[in-house]
Amino acid sequence: MFKNSNHVQGRRKLLQFIMFGFFRVSAAINGIALLAIFYFLVSRGWRAITWTFLTQPPIDSMTKGGILPCIVGTVCLSLGAIILAIPIGVASAIYLNEYTFQGRVLRMIRLGINNLAGVPSIVFGLFGLAFFVVYLKMGVSILAGAFTLAVLTLPVIIGATEEGLRSVPDTYREASLGLGATKWQTIYRVVLPAALPGILTGGILGLSRAAGETAPIMFTAAAFFTPSLPSSIFDEVMALPYHIYVLATAGTEIEATRHLQYGTALVLIFLVLGLNLMAIIYRARLQKRR
Amino acid sequence: MEKSLKIAIKELNFFYRDFKALTDISLDVYAHEVTAFIGPSGCGKSTLLRCLNRMNDLISYRRIEGKILLDDQNIYDPNVDVVSLRRRIGMVFQKPNPFPKSIFENVAYGMRVNGFKDKAYMAQQVETTLKSAALWDEVKDRIHESALGLSGGQQQRLCIARAMAVEPDVLLMDEPCSALDPIATQKIEELIHQLKETYTIIIVTHNMQQAARVSDITAFFYLGELVETDKTNTIFTRPKLRQTEDYITGRFG
Repeated sequence: MFKNSNHVQGRRKLLQFIMFGFFRVSAAINGIALLAIFYFLVSRGWRAITWTFLTQPPIDSMTKGGILPCIVGTVCLSLGAIILAIPIGVASAIYLNEYTFQGRVLRMIRLGINNLAGVPSIVFGLFGLAFFVVYLKMGVSILAGAFTLAVLTLPVIIGATEEGLRSVPDTYREASLGLGATKWQTIYRVVLPAALPGILTGGILGLSRAAGETAPIMFTAAAFFTPSLPSSIFDEVMALPYHIYVLATAGTEIEATRHLQYGTALVLIFLVLGLNLMAIIYRARLQKRR
Repeated sequence: MEKSLKIAIKELNFFYRDFKALTDISLDVYAHEVTAFIGPSGCGKSTLLRCLNRMNDLISYRRIEGKILLDDQNIYDPNVDVVSLRRRIGMVFQKPNPFPKSIFENVAYGMRVNGFKDKAYMAQQVETTLKSAALWDEVKDRIHESALGLSGGQQQRLCIARAMAVEPDVLLMDEPCSALDPIATQKIEELIHQLKETYTIIIVTHNMQQAARVSDITAFFYLGELVETDKTNTIFTRPKLRQTEDYITGRFG
């Protein structure tokens, strides 16, 4: 036998038990919080979800009718943001991870990106207003909103892409270069395909973030009320998060439209879930194909 | 057959930052021979191997002095195109590292990046190289399946095939069997025997018996210096230096 007395053994086992319990409870709290939010929204909002709600514009000062323009607006804005942000974000991550030796310049750029991630979203809204809407004369439009949201999601996409690129073993790069491939061929043909799942994860996170933001689109894209669907990227649109905000703070019948507010929130959550699911299925199919 | 000089390393010094990893290495490598680099870990043999296809260019803070002549041309000459140099000098790595692509695409990769488009030629070349790598019969029915489904030994032979498909002159092998079992190792060694008809082979190995079995020339390195080099037979039976003898008989290292 080892020298540990029963007493010591018992204490170690107790500590083990306590710590395991602590970890388990922490994990459970996460799950419970998610379920609680979900339950809260479903219980208060499910009555609002009808076919009309999903397919009609709001009527009677937004106290009745549906939220179709908001759904369309949010889809346009978040997809637009992702389409703009992915090429720039992926290219930046490639530059940072593949083309530069570690050094001071690189640390400065990384610091900049991390700071960008910490900037409050209302600041992005003001920046978007000043730069895209006014200076670049885009006006309050899908385009300006998508650009603003793109800037906001860039750090997420860069971070996830860098993570994905770092997970590609160096031996792939060496094998490719050893066969007479150029650096770009190596990145394009070997590194990027291997990093694609990571990049898609970044895209998913960015998309969710963009779809749920209110402040950045408040001055750049979102309309208080417009019953018609957008006909071009230069139109302003309604958007789900902003619609919730409007109904809950500035509506004519704040109390009477509570179920519409919760219903809209529910639709937003399912929309994000749906978009994520599509990306996740696509990612799974990619990984299978290897 | 008269021996022809393929690679001449001349007074090569290599530094990682301030650490001198290679000191005054001069060594001749002849065509159609297998040259083995042996020595304890950290002696610089892999570093030297990676100087030969300029894979060390990828490391920051490295400095290199001296010359390496490949067919009388200094590969560190400023106007040498590294990409086409690496095409002439194939490399096989310590751990099998097939790309996460199909078996076919792994072998075809080198041709694709070098601009070949002719599908019939490519298919032919893939088959030929897989045959010379003694892998064709094992994979011919699943050539379009993922290379990651192969065993370690098969993966390593695939990597050799992949390197051969671009028709290099020289094959560098960095401990190609260190991750393989004895049977897979034996297959690779047999392959090396056949391949030296076509290629000049340099192999780094930790396994003394392997060096004795596969190589014509053996070079013994210690602490970044080339201690002794000679015909493999001579090195393993009558080494000139005590240090070499101690190492190959297992008294240190």
